[in-house]
Amino acid sequence: MNAVVSRAEAAARNEPDALPIERQPWEARSLTSTFLSALVWVMAVIAAIPLFSVLYMLAVKGGSRLSWEALTSLPPAGFEMGGGFGNAIVGTIAMVGIAAGISVPVGILCAVFLSELGPESRTANAVRFAAKTLTGFPSILAGVFAYAMVVLLTGHYSAPAGGLALAVLMVPTVILTAEEAMRMVPKIMKDAAYGIGCTRTQVVLKVVLPTAMPGVLTGVMLAVARAAGETAPLLFTALFSSYWLYHEGEWAFGQPTASLAVLIFNFSGMPFENQIELAWAASLILVLLVLVVNLTSRFIAHRRV
Amino acid sequence: MSSAPAAELQGGSVSGPPSPFDYFFDRAFRGLAYAGAASILLLLALILYEIGGKALPGIREHGVALLVSSNWDVKAGEFGILPAIWGTLYSSLLALIIGGAFGVAMAIFLTQDFLPPRLAQVFRTIVELLAAIPSVVYGLWGIFVVIPVIRPVADWLHDKLAVIPFFSTSLAGPGMLPAAMVLAIMVLPTVAAVSQDALRLVPYKVKEAAYGLGTTRWEAILKVLLPAARNGIFGALVLGFGRALGETMALAMLVGNSNQVTLSLFAPANTLAALLALNFPEAGPKEIPVLMYAALVLLAITLLVNIAGSAIMVLAGRQGGAR
Amino acid sequence: MQIKNFAIAAACFAFALTAQAQDKIRLVGSGASFPAPIYLAWFKEISKTGVTIDYQSKGSGAGVQDLINKTVDFAASDSAMTDEQIAKVPGGVVLLPMTAGEVVISYNLPGVKRLNLPRDVYPQIFLGKITKWNDPKIVAANKGETMPDLPITVVRRADSSGTTFVFTNHLSAINEEFKKGPGEGNTVNWPKSDKFIASPKNDGVTATIRQTKGAVGYIEYAFAKFSKMDVAYVQNKAGNYVAPGTEGGAAALANAKFPPDMRLWLSDPTGDKSYPIATYTWMLFYKKYDDPKKAAAIKKMIEFGLGEGQKMADKMGYLPMPAPVAADVRKAAGSIN
Repeated sequence: MNAVVSRAEAAARNEPDALPIERQPWEARSLTSTFLSALVWVMAVIAAIPLFSVLYMLAVKGGSRLSWEALTSLPPAGFEMGGGFGNAIVGTIAMVGIAAGISVPVGILCAVFLSELGPESRTANAVRFAAKTLTGFPSILAGVFAYAMVVLLTGHYSAPAGGLALAVLMVPTVILTAEEAMRMVPKIMKDAAYGIGCTRTQVVLKVVLPTAMPGVLTGVMLAVARAAGETAPLLFTALFSSYWLYHEGEWAFGQPTASLAVLIFNFSGMPFENQIELAWAASLILVLLVLVVNLTSRFIAHRRV
Repeated sequence: MSSAPAAELQGGSVSGPPSPFDYFFDRAFRGLAYAGAASILLLLALILYEIGGKALPGIREHGVALLVSSNWDVKAGEFGILPAIWGTLYSSLLALIIGGAFGVAMAIFLTQDFLPPRLAQVFRTIVELLAAIPSVVYGLWGIFVVIPVIRPVADWLHDKLAVIPFFSTSLAGPGMLPAAMVLAIMVLPTVAAVSQDALRLVPYKVKEAAYGLGTTRWEAILKVLLPAARNGIFGALVLGFGRALGETMALAMLVGNSNQVTLSLFAPANTLAALLALNFPEAGPKEIPVLMYAALVLLAITLLVNIAGSAIMVLAGRQGGAR
Repeated sequence: MQIKNFAIAAACFAFALTAQAQDKIRLVGSGASFPAPIYLAWFKEISKTGVTIDYQSKGSGAGVQDLINKTVDFAASDSAMTDEQIAKVPGGVVLLPMTAGEVVISYNLPGVKRLNLPRDVYPQIFLGKITKWNDPKIVAANKGETMPDLPITVVRRADSSGTTFVFTNHLSAINEEFKKGPGEGNTVNWPKSDKFIASPKNDGVTATIRQTKGAVGYIEYAFAKFSKMDVAYVQNKAGNYVAPGTEGGAAALANAKFPPDMRLWLSDPTGDKSYPIATYTWMLFYKKYDDPKKAAAIKKMIEFGLGEGQKMADKMGYLPMPAPVAADVRKAAGSIN
């Protein structure tokens, strides 16, 4: 700053060769800034390369097999040609739906508690640590847990068991991001609401949640994306099925259910070209499915605000 | 608030005390929130009970020896998860450093006007999408793309610089480095997405004030914006690290599943989650308690790392002075 | 969360009850991945007759666990069941071999058209004792080829697997050192060496072998055939080098005689033309099914497997069962009700 001050004084005295007081690009600080900008560009490009590589591989290998048949028919066996994974799409939507139905309300309610109702209490700290510890919970154990809780009790694999396992994986992400989002709501807004006589619930429902919605949605989207792609938990809870969820006249929620993740796991490990192609196509559909959910939820959130 | 519109119509004030229904609703909702929080504690307790219960025979039989032995011999009944613990920490740390650094950089890149807003939004969505790619696909991408690409580099490094312990073995295929790299790619979208939210939540006035004082763009970012978003970014890193610790399928395909403790980036290794995934399906009654014991160790590691991280944040907060 | 769990469990019960009230039969099975392709093909055919069968491959051991826990109607295993496991199933089990296959030794040696592996060489390779492809013992057996000066990289299964059991069972039978060392099992203690790497499942091992020059590993025959991998000619008990395939496999199966509990391992088949590493794979059933309709469906499934199903075997890379064995299996299946 001294250099700036002395330049300012020099300029004020109208000295003929005084440097202007604006920052010059060759100054150390400006150079550092330019250098860092270049660095972040380079890092962004480097990070983008593998990201695009994965997407490219998905698009090329999966896109070549996308067709109406692939989306609507049942999985092929061994040497069969054709076939598809329609039942897996339905199964994934059903199970992720169940999982979201459990984890989103529970997660948001818990986050409300953590950020509004008892931020510094011992219970809150305990809950926070529990949530953080659960972020590292291996997906296979979520499956084992749901197996013990549901499958052993009911005696068979089922879609709700799968949904429960996925919910266990989703909940920590939802809680942590929602709590963070709610904490960042400016205190002024909350104080104003209290000032006009709102109860705490009203403050939460009408001020905090709507304002924190983008952050909460990010957490929910990340959780949904992860749940849609998890294989190991489903192997222990929903197994797999080569038939539709609505099968021979009834909804088979209490039976093994197909899912895109398990289908990809099964088919990618088979030596048959047909199956391998379908596995790639299924991966692409999975990503597109999450994209659709992502865009829809953003759209709804924008309209609300 | 239900009385507010009526009051407005009468020309009265907008504010007023809550109605009895409002009180009841408030109580009910708060009760639900407490229930939500309690359910998480219950969930963790249930999980610990389930897994701990199954692990007890293993703990009784092997005790601390399990944690320091490198031998995994099912027939002889000797088990050791030291290489798995080492591998978990090594791979997750590498993934966090790489994925975290690039994730935060990506977040800065996408929120600080380096790109036109529309383009930035498109990239933001693409990055979030990457969180949806199934682990199996990342594993396959690792096998078919990453390993062949790293191989020449790894061979060169091993030839010339084998003295450095990180390069002391040659890359035979699956190994620590391919696994860590793919893990970093898996962690990146989470870190980037949550960091972006944290950065965007910093009020614009804060940045304006910094510019008003004459900071360069990067001085504003590094000295004002990042510290303000510190909590959110730290939360992002916690989520990313958790993801790395618990990642199962992709690592099972890429880490090489070999029980050795080594610093070499190119040697095959093992992680706790991969160990569980690969052995659990076929585990017999002698193995299951050991595997559950390993699961408890993993949970303990996650807990310890989080405690350490929080401690660091608190220290950094104290040093940084008032926010 | 517990209330939610019970609510979900209750809902499941409700659905389960409605499911069983229907006339259509639905069976669930899980287990070995080795025979999964052919089983799935069978079940697809059977579904045309109104019996729906779901099967998920998650490993022989996992299937046996499911059977013990009563969460499936049948299981499949490459290593049958141990006495311990059989004892755990209340009411007893019936083990029926349903098809058979071979385990091949695949390699990546550009320029080598045919690889002969003598009986005393390949166990040594998998013990880590022979470490280079131009080892004198290997060269001596392959006079017509130039063996490259490459280190041998052994690719083994990372996950616990019935295929590993079959392979190590054979190696233990022909080599004392291997028996005392790694031994046999779904997972064994492979030598600790940088040159031993692990990949999960057959496709993982196949991909790794493909990408690594000088790699050698063991995979299922069906996999090697359809992925067009190079496979070694293995020296059998009679001293001949045999390639895997229908002929070698059939010869190996021909000489086997099953004991009454239907558990038999072909650790080291006799016969001039036998391929030495072959195995049956079993389906595991409860001795008694509560629902007579289920029992009938199970019997239908077995009949199909033994009849029509065997015709599909060769095309898909499996070995058709010799007729006397099929007859034995039919007899044993009679005890299921």
